[in-house]
This record gives sequence, structure tokens and C-alpha cells, in this order.
Amino acid sequence: MSAPLLSIEGVTKKYGAIVALDGVKLDVGAGEFFALLGPSGCGKTTLMRSIAGFETPDSGAVRLRGEDLAGVPPHRRPVNMMFQSYALFPHLDVFENVAFGLRRKGEKEGAIRARVSELLEMTQLAPFGARRINELSGGQRQRVALARALAPKPALLLLDEPLGALDRKLREETQFQLKEIQRKTRTSFVIVTHDQDEALALADRVAVMRGGRVEQIASPIDIYERPATRFVAGFVGETNFVEGVIARDDGLAFATTFGRLPRAQCALPEGARATLSIRPERIEVAREGQGIAGRVEDYVFRGEYTLLRVRVAPDVVLRVGAYDGRFAIGDDVKLTIAPEAGVLFAAAA
Amino acid sequence: MMRQRRLSLGQRLTLAIPYLWIAAFFLAPMLLIAKISLSHAVLARPPYEPRFLSSDTLADIWAKAQSFTFDNYRALVADSLYFDSYVSSLAIAGVSTVATLLVAYPFALAMARGPRQWRPFLIGLAAAPFWTSFLIRVYAWIALLKDEGLINNALMALGLIDAPLQMFATTGAVVVGIVYSYLPFMLLPIYAALEGQDPSLREAAADLGASPLQVFLRVTLPLSRDGVVAGALLVFIPAVGEFVIPDLLGGSDTLMIGRTLWNDFFANHDWPAASAAAIALVVILLAPLLLWERARLREEEGRR
Repeated sequence: MSAPLLSIEGVTKKYGAIVALDGVKLDVGAGEFFALLGPSGCGKTTLMRSIAGFETPDSGAVRLRGEDLAGVPPHRRPVNMMFQSYALFPHLDVFENVAFGLRRKGEKEGAIRARVSELLEMTQLAPFGARRINELSGGQRQRVALARALAPKPALLLLDEPLGALDRKLREETQFQLKEIQRKTRTSFVIVTHDQDEALALADRVAVMRGGRVEQIASPIDIYERPATRFVAGFVGETNFVEGVIARDDGLAFATTFGRLPRAQCALPEGARATLSIRPERIEVAREGQGIAGRVEDYVFRGEYTLLRVRVAPDVVLRVGAYDGRFAIGDDVKLTIAPEAGVLFAAAA
Repeated sequence: MMRQRRLSLGQRLTLAIPYLWIAAFFLAPMLLIAKISLSHAVLARPPYEPRFLSSDTLADIWAKAQSFTFDNYRALVADSLYFDSYVSSLAIAGVSTVATLLVAYPFALAMARGPRQWRPFLIGLAAAPFWTSFLIRVYAWIALLKDEGLINNALMALGLIDAPLQMFATTGAVVVGIVYSYLPFMLLPIYAALEGQDPSLREAAADLGASPLQVFLRVTLPLSRDGVVAGALLVFIPAVGEFVIPDLLGGSDTLMIGRTLWNDFFANHDWPAASAAAIALVVILLAPLLLWERARLREEEGRR
């Protein structure tokens, strides 16, 4: 990768006794779609506000194209932000909202008109230029906020929960639009979200944050398939956590209360206590044959698959995704877990 | 969009209360004054004719009504004292309103941006003058402004001036008095408008490249317009008819309609002339206000 556009170098921020950011390090490349994902209070919003200039880190540096942004006020940063509340100006119409940043730059009227029209076109708002903000629907407001933040051609666009206020159907549609606009404008996007679906769907790379620290930075597939920590495995997607012990006596395996699960690879020593994270859809389910015996306790029909709750031991219930699923409560089933499926984490000492 | 719906009896009664209040305490006295303004002055008690009595027959009422006259209104136009008083009142009230705005806005801004837990205390401070009598507070200004008053004494002691400045009994003193007395009426609506502003709007403006001054001029100020207008009306309207402040702090040459009215009423015992002047004042103040309010409502409707 070439020199990063944005680098966060060991940024720490405390509010009294609360540590909002704890030595955060990450890079965002030019033209990259980057996601900061984490539960509320993980520090992702503080990090974004530090990039925009609304918060001052206690230590560490925020660099844009290698230049330290410390002491540069928000209005001089070539970074724009799309606010979670959209923060559209209610006293201005759609056109003037989008033109706001261009006017502050002192651009010529003709150039402003051309740029605003281009953005209204791109966000499918062309007929609404003269509308007031309170005359727009939620989806339209969201697009005005995006157009307004893109208008001054920022080096980096920050998006704070950009789809949070939209209903589910509109959200999916807007995800595609966002991706398309990001590709067209070749602007680096940094999106902040607590919604894992959103982060996985949109971003080239995802940083999962927790308690002011970055837990893992990786592509959406790696985040999902190879979570670095137990927290990431649990936060991103659905999973089962199975407690057990590493056994190497008769081929590598993971010994649990409901049987030995053969493992393809594991760096942990013999006898180590560990947790296996296994996604429901990676557990195969059959009515008969080989496998772990279990009984269906409950099921939820999800459309493309049915989520079963299968009891395999008195104290263990696994969630299993069944694709051909006409199972009933009380059915006996056999479960198979492939040796390469799932990820093992050493139990915390 | 306005849906016609039946109101319950309780709703009707609730809605009726403010109307009844206005009818009893504003409309009825106004009608009485309007009636007096059409009468003519006589040496009697009360000093005007005609008077209607409960024993009057319809014919009596009709006969008396024949004597109603617009002479008092004609006199208003003919006598330049009234015209000068109106113009001077509007000018003094206008200058005072602008001065009050300039003093109140920074205060309101500081209150709205101050720490949240201080705000109730600050609002209390803003309203604190109301705990003492208005008259006493205006008298206190005499002690400050007069030739041997606190301000002149302090300036002389500091050697900044040799002779006392003539501050008391000037039109300037009236403006100071109005600004001081009406400050809370300007302060509170502006504070309410500023306090309700979403702080992320200012952040968004800064994020889009607006300097702190531009943020104020482009976002904060326009969004506080309703508060400024409300405050300006609350100061301007009573200031035009103000009597106590010009009487106590003004000079003999400070012309205000409130004083002219008072003279007509109590010195000249010409109730009809004073009533006509009062009605004219209400019309002068109310007409532009109603037009403005109608334009505003139309603009709001247009937006929907």
C-alpha cells in the first residue's frame, strides 16, 4: 500500500477517569472505504470527532497525508463529516445546504451552481433544490447530508452512523448507493457504525473497537471468518461459544462435554482450556448418520434458513443454521463440525 | 391538511378562556376608550359627553349617539404636538430596542452556551430585577446619572472630567432607562431561541469551512430570528407608550406620547383628546404587527 492518507498514531483521549481512546493506531488509504465498528461507548465516535477536529487527543497524532493536524481547527481541515442527526440547516433550502461549504471557500457562483447540480444529480435530489429541509423525507435528508459533505471535495469523508435513521428496506438500497458514490468520487470514506451488517456490507476494511482499543483491523471476510479475539467473534455475526480442552493424544482434537471435535490446526498446547467459536451456518445438520447427537429444542424461521436450537449435552445448546428445514421440536438430529470450521481462543488466564 | 373535527365541550371551554380574558380585560376597556375618543370634553365628572345611563330608552341612546364626533382625531392631525410626540416616541423606542438587542444578545449567548447546571441560576439572575419595584429601580438611575451622582463623582474622582456630565434629564437617560428596564424581555426570548439550537448545526458549519464569525452570522444569528423578533416586539411596543421612564429620567424637552397623553388626561382634563391619541397609538402599533404576522403565517403555509 502507498503512503496512507490518514494515519492515527497512538491516539489517547480521557474524560476524567473514563478512557475513551487508548493508544489507537490505524491507517486509512486513499480511496478506501473504512469502517469503525463497535458497541456504543467503544470510542469510535470520539475517534471520528478527533479526526474532524472537534476533539483534541491527549496524546498521539492524527496525520493527513503525513501532516500533523494538531492545532488545526475544524474549519481548516480538508475533512468533512456527515452527522448522525444530519445537522442540515433548517433556514436554508436544499441547494444552499449543499452550497454551504463551497460558498465558504469563496468559489464563483457559476462553479457553485455546476457543482451543486452535479451532486444533486448524483444523489437523485435534482428536483428538490428549492425545497426546505422540513419538506423532505428521511431518506432525502440523508442524501442532502451526503451531498453537502461531498460538495467541497474533501480528502476524507467521515460518516457517523449514516444509515442509522433509515428503515430497513431503505437502508439496503442506500448501502448500494453509498458504495457507488464512494467509487465514483474516489474519496476515502470512514464510516462509524455499531451495526455489523452495515460495516461488513460497505467497507473494504473494518476496525472493530472495544473500550477505546482496536481489537482487529481486517477485511470483512477475515473479520467474519478469522476473528482475532473472542469479542470480535461474538460481536460480528452470530456464533456459538463452546468451552473445552485441547487434546493431542489421538490426533488433534477439542474435547468438550458432548464429544471430541477433530481440529485441522491449533497452536495451543495439550490440555489448554479454550473456547471454540463456531458460526451456526458452519454446523451441518442431518437427520441420521454420523455426528454429534442432539435434539431440537426450538426453531426460528428466518426465510433463507431456519435457525435451530439443538441441545447436545445437558448444559450445552448449539444454534444451528438448517437450509432445508422442516424440523419440529423434539426431532433427533446429528451435527457435524468440519475440522477447519470455527476458531479457537485460549481461555483468559 | 387542517382537518375539521368536532371539539368536545371541555375543549371548547379551554379554548374559550383566553378569548374571554382578552374580551373582558382588553377589548372592553378599548371599546370604552374608543367611545370616549368620539365624545367631546365638558366641565363635569367624568369630563365628557355623551354619557349613557341604564335608564336611557333606545330613542335616548340614538339621540345621544348623534353627538359623536371625529373632532378629536382631526385635532390629532392638526396639532403638531401629537405628530411630534408619535415620531419622537417611535424614534426613542426604536433606538432603545436596538440598544437592548445589542446588550441582550451577548448575554443570551453566554447563558445558552454556559454550563447546563448554571442555566437555571442565570435565568434567575436575569429575572432578579423583577423582585424590586420598577419605580424604585428607575429612581435608582437618578442617583447614578444626576450631576452629583455616582457616575459623575467617580469620573471626577478619577480625574477623567472636570465638570459633571449632563446625563440626568436627557433623552439619552431615557434610552438607558428603557434598556435597563426591558432587558429581561429581550434576553429571555433570545435565550430560548439560542438554547434550543442543535449544537451539531454549528459543528456542521465549522466542518464545512465556516470560521467562528461565519458560523455566528450564517447559522446562529439567522436561527435565532424568531427570538430576536419576539424580544424586539416585547421591548418596542411598551417602550413607545412608556410614561414613567421619560417622566423620571427625561428632560423637559424629551417628547413622548405617554407624557403627552398624561398631560391631556390629568393636567388638561381632556379625556376625549387623550383617548383619541391612545386609540391612534394602538392603531399605529397594531397595524404593522398584524401585517407582519400575516406575512409570516403565509410564508409558513407556503412552506408546507
